[in-house]
Amino acid sequence: MSKTQGHPRAGKTPENSRTIAVVRASLPRRYRSERRFRLLGLAAVVLSLGFLALMFASLLANGVSAFRQTEIRLPVHFDPEVLHAEALAQADYGQLIRASLGRLFPDVEGRRERRELAALVSSAAVYDLRDLVMRDPGVIGQTREVWLKAGADIDMAVKGHFRRDLPEAERRVSDRQFAWLERLAAEGRLEKRFNRTFFTAGDSREPEQAGIWGAVSGSFFTLAVTLMLSFPIGVAAAVYLEEFARKGRITDLIEVNINNLAAVPSIVFGLLGLAVFLNFLHLPRSAPLVGGLVLTLMTLPTIIIAGRSALKSVPPSIREAALGVGASRMQTVLHHVLPLALPGMLTGTIIGMARALGESAPLLMIGMVAFIVEIPKGFTDPATVLPVQIYLWADSPERAFVERTSAAILVLLAFLVVMNAGAIWLRKRFERRW
Amino acid sequence: MKRLTVVSLALVFCLAAVIPARAQQRDAISIVGSSTVYPFATVVAERFGKAGGFKTPKIESTGTGGGFKLFCAGVGVQHPDISNASRAIKASEFETCQKNGVTEIVEVKIGFDGIVLANSKKAPPLSFTSKDIFLALAKEVPDPKGGEALVANPYKTWKEVNPALPDVKIEVLGPPPTSGTRDAFLELAMERGALAFESLKKLSKEDAKKFQKVFASLREDGGWVDAGENDNLIVQKLVANPNAVGIFGFSFLDQNTDKIQGAKVDGHVPSFENIADGKYPLSRPLFFYVKKAHVGVIPGIQEYLAEFTSEKAWGKDGYLSEKGLIPLPEAERKKVAENVKNLVVLKEAK
Repeated sequence: MSKTQGHPRAGKTPENSRTIAVVRASLPRRYRSERRFRLLGLAAVVLSLGFLALMFASLLANGVSAFRQTEIRLPVHFDPEVLHAEALAQADYGQLIRASLGRLFPDVEGRRERRELAALVSSAAVYDLRDLVMRDPGVIGQTREVWLKAGADIDMAVKGHFRRDLPEAERRVSDRQFAWLERLAAEGRLEKRFNRTFFTAGDSREPEQAGIWGAVSGSFFTLAVTLMLSFPIGVAAAVYLEEFARKGRITDLIEVNINNLAAVPSIVFGLLGLAVFLNFLHLPRSAPLVGGLVLTLMTLPTIIIAGRSALKSVPPSIREAALGVGASRMQTVLHHVLPLALPGMLTGTIIGMARALGESAPLLMIGMVAFIVEIPKGFTDPATVLPVQIYLWADSPERAFVERTSAAILVLLAFLVVMNAGAIWLRKRFERRW
Repeated sequence: MKRLTVVSLALVFCLAAVIPARAQQRDAISIVGSSTVYPFATVVAERFGKAGGFKTPKIESTGTGGGFKLFCAGVGVQHPDISNASRAIKASEFETCQKNGVTEIVEVKIGFDGIVLANSKKAPPLSFTSKDIFLALAKEVPDPKGGEALVANPYKTWKEVNPALPDVKIEVLGPPPTSGTRDAFLELAMERGALAFESLKKLSKEDAKKFQKVFASLREDGGWVDAGENDNLIVQKLVANPNAVGIFGFSFLDQNTDKIQGAKVDGHVPSFENIADGKYPLSRPLFFYVKKAHVGVIPGIQEYLAEFTSEKAWGKDGYLSEKGLIPLPEAERKKVAENVKNLVVLKEAK
């Protein structure tokens, strides 16, 4: 420094011009290395975006077709001979469907052929007919055109998942069935319609009857418990540790433990939940309440860590000013520090919740990996959650579950995107910079 | 802020107060156990629930061993009523049950499941003997040069194992050690194949434990690949790799006949009929076990049993056979149904 001060026009000295020459000579190399570095960074971004796009594309390609379901329009005669007014719920609705198909295809004979014909319509369609009659007993005696779900294999065939050029024995839809489908399509009796069942039904072993509403409700109840417990507890813990606790050995120990807990594999929390909530407290198995408690344990560290860093980012001048005008420490925290830190805490909470939404491993231990048809109505009803539903469908042998698995993943991703977007919006909206 | 804390605390206490009261009763059947029986039990449960009258049973897929652990933990509403199993209950599990007060168990045999070896349609169909399977997959095999000594498996291609097989590398995708399908495969295929050797047959009589180790140790040099519990994934891998052979349950072959083909074992193709007749060697019985003490306490157990053992469910043309369950012979079905009706209790485990 002193040297340059001694020579106000430093550029002229021979020593300096040599430095400049060296710098000049090295400039292209330095530019090159910077370009390389930027390119590497860009390549990393492009690569990860590429994988993301690939995942989305394959999910969409596989899953979008599940949002539509093949249905067949049949002229169903609600035969009073079959439907006795006193036992509508137990009536043989399958007979109505078989009779209707028989009228459409009068030349079908033989047991085997009739079975194939009956297989065009889903075995679960009888329940739709039953519901229709129960809602409106006036239809008895009439003939109505009714859209009924096609069987899962038929649905797959219409969507082009079975190749017709294979030998007949190697596909699950016979030549006869293909011919019938062609005739139905020509008569306008075959259509791919919006798959409402997928969004309104619970789980089912018949793919055409399976829906995600049960799992979505289960996820909702589970996350409600998690949010109700983990947010207040997490915020209180963060405020105490950051604002009130005396810094010392014990708080250090607690901090290390919290950071460790945040990195513990989630299945461990499931084991803990099994030991404490089920075996010791005797809470019901498979209940969203227990699932929520387990996920609370899992998300608490995340929320506490995010909460503490949000509190840390509130400048000390705010606290000092509040204390200076005579506020108590509690008033300082509740009236000034906490409102300013809350957006950051909320962001942390939402990210923690999004992680909890995608979690399935800890729920295995407490019995939430289960086949549950009925849609849960409360915190103690048996329930499952979205990721578990995906796992169960992915493991099912039926072909039609492949597209439903992808569709369920799309729904889960949609929820995650909404939650994360919400976190970003909150941050943008309320964040204060100093 | 204060109000928020108060409200959430109040909610927590409300919840805590509600639960113990609710935990004492249960109106739906609770079922745990094998993931192999799961696809069949769930179909019955769903139909049973849809028929009205009772709630749909809840079925957890915990694996056979995990199921018995829960099932045998005690009597009372917090314990499951039924445990599905892809093998008969073990003596040790039976003892645990007895010790915990689960003294009366009803065993229900529901049918058979075939274990298939399959490869892609793009490759020629295969035909194995159980001896081939043992030679290709065991960690140690009898010395091909002769003698009784066991050597590390030297076979690299199927052709080396048996000249009738194609000249491709041995690569078998199979279930992991936690799976019941793997246990069954070891017992049905590997043990059978090992017994085809005189020296090993002698060993089985002299030192059963050592023999068990010989047939149950699969090679670890890449010939056998643990492919995870998801059988759909194995099917996909087979389609992508025509040289690989996969091992999984019959229902996955049944659903994917356009992509994969089952290999003959000891001359028999894995077809519905061959498994039902007992000709195809790799098949095992499936069971479920009922806690008699819960019958009459949890509503619907007896009706569920009746639905499961009705001809329209487990019969030859029943809806379970459509899902890939191989039915029991008719006489045996009648016998089991009769036992179930009278809730005949299991005396001892085999």
